[in-house]
Amino acid sequence: MRLKLVPEGTKVDFFKLTKITFGASVFAMILSVFLFFFNGLNLGIDFLGGTTIRTDSQQSVDVSAYRAALDTLELGDVTVTEIFDITKPELNAAQIRFEAQSGEEAATVEVVSAVKLALMSIDETITFPQVESVGPEVSGELVKSAITAILTAIAAVLFYIWLRFEWQFSVGAIAALVHDIVVTIGIFSLLQIKFDLAIIAALLTIVGYSLNDTVVVFDRVRENLRKYKKMQLKDLLNMSINETLSRTVMTSLTTLIALISLFVLGGDVIHGFVFAMIWGVIIGTYSSVFVASSVLLRLGVKRDWDKLNDGKAGTQFSGIDA
Amino acid sequence: MLQFSLTKKVLIWGVVALGFFFAMPNGFYSRVEAVNDARVQIENGNITPELMRTASNWPSFLPSSLVNLGLDLRGGAHLLARVRVDQVYEARMDDFWPEVRDALRSERATIGTIRRVDGVVDDLRVRISEPAQIARAVELVSALARPVTSLSGAGSNDIVVTSENDIIIVKLSEAEKILTDNRTMEQSLEIIRRRVDEAGTREPTIQRQGTDRVLIQVPGIGSSEELKGIIGKTAKLTFHKVISRTSKATQRVQSRQVLYPAQGENDVYYILEKTPVINGDHLTDAQPAFDQNNRPAVSFRLNTTGARIFGQYTAENIGSPFAIVLDEEVVSAPTIQSHISGGSGIITGQFGVEETTLLSIQLRAGALPAELEYLQESTVGPDLGQDSIDAGTLACLIAFIAVLVFMSLSYGLFGIFANIALIINVALIFAILSVISGTLTLPGIAGIVLTVGMAVDANVLVFERIREELKKAKNPRRAIELGYERAFSAIIDANITTLIAAVILLVFGSGPVKGFAITLGVGIITSVFTAIWVTRLLISIWIDRKRPKILEI
Repeated sequence: MRLKLVPEGTKVDFFKLTKITFGASVFAMILSVFLFFFNGLNLGIDFLGGTTIRTDSQQSVDVSAYRAALDTLELGDVTVTEIFDITKPELNAAQIRFEAQSGEEAATVEVVSAVKLALMSIDETITFPQVESVGPEVSGELVKSAITAILTAIAAVLFYIWLRFEWQFSVGAIAALVHDIVVTIGIFSLLQIKFDLAIIAALLTIVGYSLNDTVVVFDRVRENLRKYKKMQLKDLLNMSINETLSRTVMTSLTTLIALISLFVLGGDVIHGFVFAMIWGVIIGTYSSVFVASSVLLRLGVKRDWDKLNDGKAGTQFSGIDA
Repeated sequence: MLQFSLTKKVLIWGVVALGFFFAMPNGFYSRVEAVNDARVQIENGNITPELMRTASNWPSFLPSSLVNLGLDLRGGAHLLARVRVDQVYEARMDDFWPEVRDALRSERATIGTIRRVDGVVDDLRVRISEPAQIARAVELVSALARPVTSLSGAGSNDIVVTSENDIIIVKLSEAEKILTDNRTMEQSLEIIRRRVDEAGTREPTIQRQGTDRVLIQVPGIGSSEELKGIIGKTAKLTFHKVISRTSKATQRVQSRQVLYPAQGENDVYYILEKTPVINGDHLTDAQPAFDQNNRPAVSFRLNTTGARIFGQYTAENIGSPFAIVLDEEVVSAPTIQSHISGGSGIITGQFGVEETTLLSIQLRAGALPAELEYLQESTVGPDLGQDSIDAGTLACLIAFIAVLVFMSLSYGLFGIFANIALIINVALIFAILSVISGTLTLPGIAGIVLTVGMAVDANVLVFERIREELKKAKNPRRAIELGYERAFSAIIDANITTLIAAVILLVFGSGPVKGFAITLGVGIITSVFTAIWVTRLLISIWIDRKRPKILEI
């Protein structure tokens, strides 16, 4: 007996609720932009500059005592957060973060030692397994290169899909992509999860995954467009999504299984990173069906795929290994 | 599609075998690591029976390349520093001054007396007493320019000479600055490497980044502060003539004089002649020592040229003080008692024993040509790194097993074929990472986990397609062939788009992000290989043996 998550021959009408789903997506995006501007992101030191120190102790963490000890040092904006890890209940870890102190340098030896001494005076068993410090000059560059990376990725992929499909597919895929990125940034703003360089890597993986999913659906659409020349575009899209639904669910689930095991067991250091990817897989799967295809339906597609060399851009590459 | 020529079969199995062969050392990580360390030691001529025994723990015919563990996994310190290359321009101008002076003096009759005046950091300004003759003076100085010998700077000179009223301004040209910067960076890298090596840490990474930055990564070191201590300051040692002593930090000094604070004493400053009598370039050795009062000190020895200059200077200045300056701080200012001829001496200051040890390492390694400014740093303790490895490994294993079970339940025998391909896939990832000596970071482990999840995608695409084809009542063989044929374009398109994202991450990313991009990129390539070739070969072998009438998938 095989495990079948999606029954054979489904005929779900994915566009029946298109107004609601599309509306929800647009609403989520607007909300995300709103959150981004009014709630902001919990930017890590990678982007703001400053220092984070991770502490580990035999005694339980007393956040207010830590803060009181550090207040005397006049470091400006200091945050102390306790770190929780469900797989390690005995962990007594915290993260101290303070802003860049002077000019263009990373934290000086003196400042870091002063912080360590202050904390050791209230807790003798404290250790400092991780210290990171980023000067404002480098953080500025990191922001720039992160934005460049995401924009370049989008542009490169836009070009690739335009080459292999048609421009309408390209627009649909990019719409899904932008949707995924914006909504992910929105959830980071909403939950105030630390947004650092690793999250940018996660965002780019979401870009890759979302496209992966969209492209598989589009590939089937392209194939069906050749096969069923007279079918209504809406029915054709529905059929294509239904035909690939089993694969979509299987792949998303295997990926999610892997990611969830990493989220639960992988330690607190990469929680944010893995969370972004889990969210990305879910939203990426949703968007390839409900955003990319909806956009494609709205834009319409040129139907005569067999006339390969009619001079329109894109078409001459589209039949390569289909 | 299901026929494989013998060559193709051999090739596929060959790649798989190579994958396991090169991935294998990682299964015995600590043992192979110890062997590699011992081999390096022996190569450096450090032959002890114990090292020989360790080195023979791993057969030499087996590969010994390992996946490097990133600092976040192994523990250690990372520093990104900027070399203040502009400081060298000033030194260059100081070196150039005697030449300019001699050239101008030779025509004293026309241009009058000359005098060096302070200018902006990186230029040399000379005032002449006959402003009318400024054009002639500029001409004289310009004649000292030498052509720059580099590809990009071809046709330009090393200096640019301009004038402003009665002042001649000499500057380095842009082409020469680039050349100087490159030289400064090379020297800095070399000296940092020597200092880090002398401190005996293992496998440090010291790389130039961009025009004026250095990336220093040292695994196993306790903290970035410790690393900074080893790299230390510029360790620029100079001996200067003392003009006077003062207690005012704001004391105005004359042109070509400097005001340096005394080390370890408040409100004591020395006014010194800016041009040093000798500098640390003449140093041949430095060792930690003790002075006659048993205080920690550093003893030094000068080369012959240095000894001669120092001997001559001390002979001429008996009874007057001179200052020993280290990184713009007066360490001590003893009075010259007698002529010092041997070229060796001792520096006494407010030092601790540890400091004299570090300082002598730094002096021996040579002074850094310019100061370092730290832009980014991080430390990861070894325990936290080990925790991350343990957690990552466990997560990987669980993810792996879960996916294997899930695939077998969903696709039966074909699922098992896909699982074999998945195991081969992970082996190939480790093999490639070992061979290219890629670095595995925590996000890199996440990349592998993600690949495990996504690697089955290509197989899922094919299997789902085979199911569809089977519904159209094709015979099993034909259905499988069509399944592969028709799923191919989706597999390629889907993986190329992800690969594009990985490549872009690799280009723009830094540090841990790069580690993630490498494992993701390598994982995509190996997963396409295993899904398209390995699984298909397995299915082809199975179908040739069993010749099934009906196919259950």
